[in-house]
Amino acid sequence: MSIIHARGLGKSFRVADKQPGLGGTLRHFVARRHKDIPAVRDVSFSIEPGEVVGFLGANGAGKTTTLKMLTGLIEPSAGAVAVAGFMPFRRQAAFLRTITLVMGQKQQLIWDLPPLDSLRVNAAVYGIGEAEARRRIHELAEMLELGEELRRPVRKLSLGQRMKAELLAALLHRPAVLFLDEPTLGLDVNAQARVREFLADYNRRTGATVLLTSHYMGDITALCQRVLLIHRGRLFYDGSLQELTQRLAPYREVCCDLGEVYPPQAFAGFGEIESLAGHRVRLLVSRDQLTATISRLLSTFPVLDLEVNDPPVEEIIGRLFREGAVG
Amino acid sequence: MARYLRTLRAFWTSALAAELEYPANALIELLSVLGNLAGSLVLLALFYGRGHGLGGWSWNEALVVLGMYTLLDGVTSTLLQPNLGEIVNHVRTGSLDFVLLKPIDSQFWLSARTFSPWGLPGLLAGVVLIVVAAGRAGAAPAPITVLGTAGLLLCSALILYSLWFVLAATSIWFVKVWNATEVLRSTLVAGRFPVSAYPPLLRTLFTLVLPVAFLTTVPAEAILGRATLPWVLASLGMATLSLGLSRGLWRHALRYYTSASS
Repeated sequence: MSIIHARGLGKSFRVADKQPGLGGTLRHFVARRHKDIPAVRDVSFSIEPGEVVGFLGANGAGKTTTLKMLTGLIEPSAGAVAVAGFMPFRRQAAFLRTITLVMGQKQQLIWDLPPLDSLRVNAAVYGIGEAEARRRIHELAEMLELGEELRRPVRKLSLGQRMKAELLAALLHRPAVLFLDEPTLGLDVNAQARVREFLADYNRRTGATVLLTSHYMGDITALCQRVLLIHRGRLFYDGSLQELTQRLAPYREVCCDLGEVYPPQAFAGFGEIESLAGHRVRLLVSRDQLTATISRLLSTFPVLDLEVNDPPVEEIIGRLFREGAVG
Repeated sequence: MARYLRTLRAFWTSALAAELEYPANALIELLSVLGNLAGSLVLLALFYGRGHGLGGWSWNEALVVLGMYTLLDGVTSTLLQPNLGEIVNHVRTGSLDFVLLKPIDSQFWLSARTFSPWGLPGLLAGVVLIVVAAGRAGAAPAPITVLGTAGLLLCSALILYSLWFVLAATSIWFVKVWNATEVLRSTLVAGRFPVSAYPPLLRTLFTLVLPVAFLTTVPAEAILGRATLPWVLASLGMATLSLGLSRGLWRHALRYYTSASS
């Protein structure tokens, strides 16, 4: 029995059709014209209880719009969606107690007060008794490694601490389904890792279902066995992460600082040049050639510094659609 | 119901704590209340000092109206402005998402989420002015009259709240409606004086379109013992109608909410 079920889901937005410049502005002010822009088209998938699913796509691909339909914030223009047996857009109290939404770029904590005050408000809203709320806060704070931070005004917390406190506030009512929109946005590498560990731990302990979007491939690789890939509002891939990375990212990004400036042709045979600026070159090197290529790079060029990364999701996806591997 | 009361307590304790983070606000608000009240008193004194009356109201009776206005203005500063003024921001930044995903009535959340203790001096000043002026105008209201007046004032507050909420709710479509709420607040300043002081055209406007008459003049008539049943019923009707309108419009508006994009 799936806990999230979407069939033929679609959403179009009505946007102003406005020409640039003063003339266009005035014409638009007098006679507004609109057109319907489809943001999400015919998306179908099912998610089983306890699954952690990554939701991938470039900016504007329709990830957030889909999340908003799943949480009931906006009404689908087409298709049907059910979450834990509810129609999300009706926003029944029983449904809202089952889910939670965390958005990396929006916050629900009260800016001028310590997180504990916001938590007290949430406990009251969800009807959690005071003793029980204290117990849950203690438990979650321990998992999140939050202590004194809960007593300091939110505006004085670091971004990482704030995000952890946001997670605590979002999980106080023990939701069974977690929707996370860029939960590690802007965090440094350590804080990202801690948030990931927490989410994995939470999923293991509670069996909660998690659907998460992220720009960081690291989030997806650490947490998700399964990914949904959305492009221009359509679902393009639904399957295991392993298969996707083999299909999509058989590359690693090698970034070198060199002692001298070289022309682009000097890197022929090492990999595809992603960027070349002065002393710094970024190459995309296929995974199976990685170690061999690095040792050749080190012996051929005066390398001052070398870094190997996963290429950003955007890059992988862009490459995928350029090459027409999908679609 | 118990959950709503507990939520309200949590709302207001946190609001109080947040406001006390900025104590300088207290002084500024206090000065603003005193300044406004002094300005209104001088204006009234000018009318009466030159032998003009205001629509047949004596000096002390007119002060009762001013007291009602000051009291309502206090309600505005304490509750309406801090809460309803935020709705536009919730829509603009998309933080309305968090409100809509809470298992609690969203209109309740948006209308009662916070309160500003700095509006309380205004409330108090209004009550003092009403009591003193009504006494000097020779009114000796029975307890039932006081209770009735309180009821009518509650109607006034509900009418004012509903109008404001309706305007704020339109931000779902127009996003920026600060101007509209400014117009509302400055029109309500008209409630400082008895409605009969205005020319007939404005009087009709203030009764039927912008219910300024119900806000201050009707409760003032009541405490002075001059309330008439039709006006009391009209006031009750107006309050029920506008409250119903605000709820209906909010539900309707939410169907159009698209949520600010990430």
